[in-house]
Amino acid sequence: MTKKKSIFTQEVIVGIIVIALYFIFRGISADFGKYTTFLTLTDISYYYVLMAIGVAFPLITGGVDLSIGTGLICYALAGGYLIRAFSWPTGLAILVSILFGVAIGLANGVLVSIMGLPPFLATLCTCMITRGLGSVVTGSFAVPWPTAKQDNGWFHAIFKMTIVTADGKMKFPLGLVWIILLMLVMQFVLAHTRFGRYTIAIGSNKEAAILSGINVKFYHVMVYAVSGLFAGLASIAYAAYVPTVQPGTGAGMELDAIGGAIVGGVSASGGYGTIYGTVLGAYVIMLLKQGLPYIGLNANMQQIITGFVLIGAVVIDIIKRRAIR
Amino acid sequence: MGDVNLNKADDVILTMKGIDKSFPGVHALDHVDLELRRGEVHALMGENGAGKSTLMKVLTGIYTKDSGSIWYEGREVEFHNTHEAQEAGIVIVHQELNMVGDLTVAQNIFIGREFKKGIMIDDKKMIRESRKLFDELKIDIDPKAKMSDLTVGKQQMCEIAKAISHKAKVIIFDEPSAALTEKEIEDLFSIIRDLRAQNLGIIYISHRMDEIKVITDRVTVMRDGAYVGTLITDQCTKEDIINMMVGRVIYEDPKTKSAVPADAPVVLKVEHLNAGKMVQDVSFELHKGEILGFSGLMGAGRTETARALFGADPKQSGDIYINGEKVEINSPEDAVKHGIGYLSEDRKRFGIVVQKSITENSTLATLDQYMSGMFINKAEERKITERYIDELSTKTPGPDQLVVNLSGGNQQKVVIAKWLVRNCDILIFDEPTRGIDVGAKNEIYKLMNRLAAEGKSIIMISSEMTEILRMSDRIVIMCEGRKTGEIRIEEATQEAIMDKATRDIK
Repeated sequence: MTKKKSIFTQEVIVGIIVIALYFIFRGISADFGKYTTFLTLTDISYYYVLMAIGVAFPLITGGVDLSIGTGLICYALAGGYLIRAFSWPTGLAILVSILFGVAIGLANGVLVSIMGLPPFLATLCTCMITRGLGSVVTGSFAVPWPTAKQDNGWFHAIFKMTIVTADGKMKFPLGLVWIILLMLVMQFVLAHTRFGRYTIAIGSNKEAAILSGINVKFYHVMVYAVSGLFAGLASIAYAAYVPTVQPGTGAGMELDAIGGAIVGGVSASGGYGTIYGTVLGAYVIMLLKQGLPYIGLNANMQQIITGFVLIGAVVIDIIKRRAIR
Repeated sequence: MGDVNLNKADDVILTMKGIDKSFPGVHALDHVDLELRRGEVHALMGENGAGKSTLMKVLTGIYTKDSGSIWYEGREVEFHNTHEAQEAGIVIVHQELNMVGDLTVAQNIFIGREFKKGIMIDDKKMIRESRKLFDELKIDIDPKAKMSDLTVGKQQMCEIAKAISHKAKVIIFDEPSAALTEKEIEDLFSIIRDLRAQNLGIIYISHRMDEIKVITDRVTVMRDGAYVGTLITDQCTKEDIINMMVGRVIYEDPKTKSAVPADAPVVLKVEHLNAGKMVQDVSFELHKGEILGFSGLMGAGRTETARALFGADPKQSGDIYINGEKVEINSPEDAVKHGIGYLSEDRKRFGIVVQKSITENSTLATLDQYMSGMFINKAEERKITERYIDELSTKTPGPDQLVVNLSGGNQQKVVIAKWLVRNCDILIFDEPTRGIDVGAKNEIYKLMNRLAAEGKSIIMISSEMTEILRMSDRIVIMCEGRKTGEIRIEEATQEAIMDKATRDIK
């Protein structure tokens, strides 16, 4: 038996779906086709995609990270609070937000890998903790990060740059460039580094990895640290998108990210996945979420459709696995 | 046990005649006969893989026979699942207990056939009935106790009570004493005697010679899936039984002389290794270029010894010396660093990552050698994989092939490649040819001999007597967690090994 390589991998199909969805929505709704809508869509997409890239790693090990949604809010609150209450420079606050994410990720990793908690449970606990922690830090007040027009609001330009053209000023979604770069880097990490190889090995056959003399405990912790790191990065993208960060929110956002990764071909039972698939899958979920209202379907319909899309993705995964065994 | 009338043929409750069963590539049962009478305890003996369990699975409807007939209470029967067998009164008490730890004793006994009161489960009635059962068996267990709070022995009693509650007429005990203490075994025996007095037919599978002598009336011996013969226990000796168990002709050439010089350096020395019940005070030496066979019956503690040595399971005590130097091995990582490779008996679970390529599997233990800076050097990785595909003559279209698409023998070669790439000098082969067809088996044997000749030292755990005699330079024999003997190949015979592998009559 030889391996048959079809060019129609799940990743390619999902890529086609993303493009198709975009043009279908454009075709139906004139508003959807506007450049400002495009800008809003990209703004919203960043934090979802970042979360999805991060959570792909625990998913590939056969685990999950439920703490990224509430975590993201918590880290954004912490950073924003440092700027507002203590006049910290924005750069330092951003660093704190990101490191906060890494710390919670490490905690998840220790709970799962060293203490042996099921990933679902461990990250559900940190999900609750970060949700409460965010409110405690700010004394339950909402925190606005500096706006783009304020001096210390320069970080908005990371995601949306203003460029001067012949006919005046124009906004360019620079964040897309970063997303593509991060996607390539993390795909490279997954496919070409020891960390990536071991992430997949843990998801495919953890026992075999242990018996091969791999320090599985260490790498398993790092997997969750990566997820936390990307939740930290997502918190900055979120802060750039919303006018104020509200304590107590964020629950459920992780599900869209996880759903995106799975739509993008990450195996729900671990052992397989790609980062470009994950990013494309996240865009499918994001487009459904943001685009369906433009064609007259309300939020409830969007939830139902997303649910069915997910079932479809998981069924495809199961059929694929059956073919392998 | 002379109180059974062995001549009364009309007392026969169960006859299995000419039972034949094949699995792809294996002739598991070759026209096997078995006769069981009412009021008899009938031992079923044989080496690992002799076909005892398969025969019992055919009887209880887990497997369907290819040919042959089963007569039960005077008529021909065929059960399609364990439920049908249970309904007819044939139940099996498994070695691994099938109990739900978090439920109570009574709930476990009546699981799947709970008494009901309206739509509610009638717990009180189940407790009453359980108590009745326990009284009948003269055992003292609280039906309201949580199953997981009981000792293994008590859990086994519950299994028996459950069997009897099915109105059993034939009870099969599959190595019931393996996990029991001496006292618990005595209790078990007194229950078995009671059941016999009530005219039940009992099949007793065990490796323990002393128990066979104490509790059984007749012994049926199987070997390599075939029926060898039936003896009356009182009229035979341990030697008689062993001769029947091992008396096979060995077609493959057994090693007659070790090629390893007596003064070959000791590469691995294990002293007083203790790891739980299955590894008690095990000591041995492994010489350079030697194949050291580990023989013993199922549950002798050989795999456990290997896993403890490799750091895969925790050990309580024991010293390990490699090339004369004392080393600490607390994890597989440590073991691999010291040049030990372990090839698990369960390849799919512990050896390979089936959905990944040969390349990824080959370098799984050595990835740090194939890094350029932070990145995996895929060209180098491929090169070394191709080299070992070539050297081990692994049959595959290429290094990118997924391991799942390879045959058992070629999968084993991938695991061997993993450790050779790592340059391991000590290789532990745990059942190296399990699930591998005959042709590929020979290839693996040749490969092992070549590795030994090249100076690798090999520990080979095997349950196949022919494999042990064909491959080993020296043989360590274990029984119930202890090393019971060590024989050089020049002195080794099947009888001598089996004698040490079975527990002695006390």
